[in-house]
Amino acid sequence: MMKSLMSGNEAAARGAFEAGVKVCSAYPGTPSTEVFENLPQYGDDLYCEWAPNEKVAAEVAYGASIAGARSLCAMKHVGVNVAADPLFTAAYNGAGAGFVIITADDPSMHSSQNEQDNRLYSKFAKIPMIEPSNSQECKDFMIEAFKISEMFEVPVFFRMTTRVCHSKSLVEEGKRTEAKVVEYRRNVPKFVSTPANARLHHVDLEKKLSQIEEYSNQSSLNSEEMNGSELGIVTSSISYEYAKEVFEDKASYLKISICNPLPMAKIKDFAGKVKRLIVIEELEPFMEDQMKAAGIKCEGKNMTGKLFELNPELIRERILGQKAEFIVSNVKPVGRPPALCPGCPHRGFFYTLSRKSDYVICGDIGCYTLGCAPPLGAMDSCVCMGGGFSVAHGMSKAFQMNRESGRKVFGVMGDSTFFHSGMTGAVEILYNKGAVIPCVLDNRITGMTGHQDNPGSGYDLMGREALMIDIEKVLVAFGYENVITVDPQDLKAMQKAVDDALGSDVPAAIICKRPCLLIKRMKHDISCCAVDSNKCRGCRSCLKIGCPAIAVRFKKAFIDPTLCTGCTVCAQVCPFDAISKEAR
Amino acid sequence: MNDVKSIILVGVGGQGAILVSRILTHGLVQAGYDVKMSEVHGMAQRGGSVSVQVRFGSKVHSPIIGRGGADIMVAFEKMEAVRYCEYLRPDGIAVINDYEILPMTVASGSAEYPEGTLDEMKKNFTTVIVDAASMARDLGNPRCMNIVLFGAMVNALGLSEIDWVAVMREILPSRILEVNLKAFDLGLKA
Ligand SMILES: Cc1ncc(C[n+]2csc(CCOP(=O)(O)OP(=O)(O)O)c2C)c(N)n1
Repeated sequence: MMKSLMSGNEAAARGAFEAGVKVCSAYPGTPSTEVFENLPQYGDDLYCEWAPNEKVAAEVAYGASIAGARSLCAMKHVGVNVAADPLFTAAYNGAGAGFVIITADDPSMHSSQNEQDNRLYSKFAKIPMIEPSNSQECKDFMIEAFKISEMFEVPVFFRMTTRVCHSKSLVEEGKRTEAKVVEYRRNVPKFVSTPANARLHHVDLEKKLSQIEEYSNQSSLNSEEMNGSELGIVTSSISYEYAKEVFEDKASYLKISICNPLPMAKIKDFAGKVKRLIVIEELEPFMEDQMKAAGIKCEGKNMTGKLFELNPELIRERILGQKAEFIVSNVKPVGRPPALCPGCPHRGFFYTLSRKSDYVICGDIGCYTLGCAPPLGAMDSCVCMGGGFSVAHGMSKAFQMNRESGRKVFGVMGDSTFFHSGMTGAVEILYNKGAVIPCVLDNRITGMTGHQDNPGSGYDLMGREALMIDIEKVLVAFGYENVITVDPQDLKAMQKAVDDALGSDVPAAIICKRPCLLIKRMKHDISCCAVDSNKCRGCRSCLKIGCPAIAVRFKKAFIDPTLCTGCTVCAQVCPFDAISKEAR
Repeated sequence: MNDVKSIILVGVGGQGAILVSRILTHGLVQAGYDVKMSEVHGMAQRGGSVSVQVRFGSKVHSPIIGRGGADIMVAFEKMEAVRYCEYLRPDGIAVINDYEILPMTVASGSAEYPEGTLDEMKKNFTTVIVDAASMARDLGNPRCMNIVLFGAMVNALGLSEIDWVAVMREILPSRILEVNLKAFDLGLKA
């Protein structure tokens, strides 16, 4: 059979399909997103959806597992924080049909706010964990994950990392095997987690874990590769590929693919066969600590370090002391920090708030986090998805207590984030009489992660039309009596919305509504602005909007016609009327 | 193991490095090589610098390289060449597009685009400098700059035994195929 190049994410989706998965629910997040973007191609064989957040996704998938269908959910590493509550108890209750949770970790934080090592979750939540190291394994081990889930009636974590998710390597496809359907029967002792049942569940779970450890010791997923007794390497995930690259056949390997429960007997046996034992793993000393606790002498983090991702060069340098030869340029590049795109609807909102330096703006996670960057620089905090409103509420209460109550506080988040976990913050502000203006930057899509639909966009993961949930009606229903919906690209209207909200006697909220220009299914009115260099006085006002299309050339503003989309925000801020919209 | 070759493609989001890597890996797989490729998605889409790594040989383990690991670098923008040149082996080849894309900080006058990027690269490495932008413009489609560079890379790597024209016929949409085949030819000879 012909092999084809697949990313780890494509291969994991393929594996779930081949395993006969039937119900799939996820919330997007880099680097996991493409797993679910690759599911709709499997058509009627499975049901797949974007859930509003990871907790919902995990609950949906678990519900399907209880009802007897193999189910999958996927999330980035921080998504597991959101989904942790149902997952911990699902471990106690146990799975019905196979239930697999993909956690995509991001060592080096290529696009994340932290680099938490979710292998620790597997111990904490008592959920077995499987780690593939390349795309073929993503496919094959996914099938194995479902098998283990059903064999022991447990949820199974499938941990990938950015390099596993986004690297492409050759995969040989197989055929889908339909799972046997077991008719659903109510099972109160198993699936209703009352304290009385839970006490039994815990006892049961510990038993299952020791059985799975035995399985882990026997499984070929934890495989030994002997090349002499001088040096033994215990490794897992992408670090296995790096280690092979560096040590080739000059070391023996124990490749761990079931990292929880660790196959400790197998590791001990391996340790006994080699003179020197090194653990190569990214981030936390997850395996090393447990091995040391089991009395196995080994080295690892003292050399590899626990910050950021590894690569073959770093392993060569840190373990073998061999420095790579390379040349550092004496000519230094300047940075290319990401910026809001030309024509981004978020720009008008942040420009307006940036005019007053004493505004306090609690941001959130999405494209709009880029509102923090100069020259806009309009953000005080950004913590986690859905935190924008509630962090703002906390700050405003602190200002009251500290007698700084004159401060104007804004909470800011996008549409996807609002549905994810922002709504409760909007309720909090009302319930506890907050002095915060919640602002939803509704660009009609989940932008940052590459344009996934959400409950407000009117479409679902399959691209079918869906009920479009109206954010304005939601806020009104909560009790915001003054909900101001505004086009953020109209700067006068935007300013008026801010002034109205601040002056409002009743609870006020702002919705900035304008679609992201990158949404493919919509027609966008794209044109171009140009500078009349006779009128331009080089005052640089237009640079304050932070648009990548505007530059200064020969002391005058210049608009790059290949980048400009004709949004006219620059034209509106020009005090000399030197910028106008042209036909393209 | 030692027959593995590593390529790093660097540039600015939107310049077409990903498309080149698709053509490249497709051709390599058809030619029977083991191939791995790595790219980082996410923030890079927003006008940031991007790098894609491609490795091929009889058996490839790591999808990524570290500093001093690439046999060849293709820089779609010249400042990106100096940013990533640490990844190139000192005896490696740099194919560089003589082309500038100003970062926002430079465009707005708060930073300066560095002088002498090409001279620095020439001083340190074997370089092939290509004016892909004007070649592409002369062909009537500025966007096929990436395929000009691809041609230059194929030439520098000595990968001409693969029928790249056939590969491009498979991957590129027909309306842009002809101009890109011409661009490839120009690159091969550059
Ligand atoms: C718990 C969690 N899940 C997922 C992500 C990944 N993520 C970052 S931004 C974002 C979407 C933001 O969409 P939206 O709020 O609509 O703002 P936009 O990017 O469109 O401006 C997601 C899903 C995350 N950072 N944290």
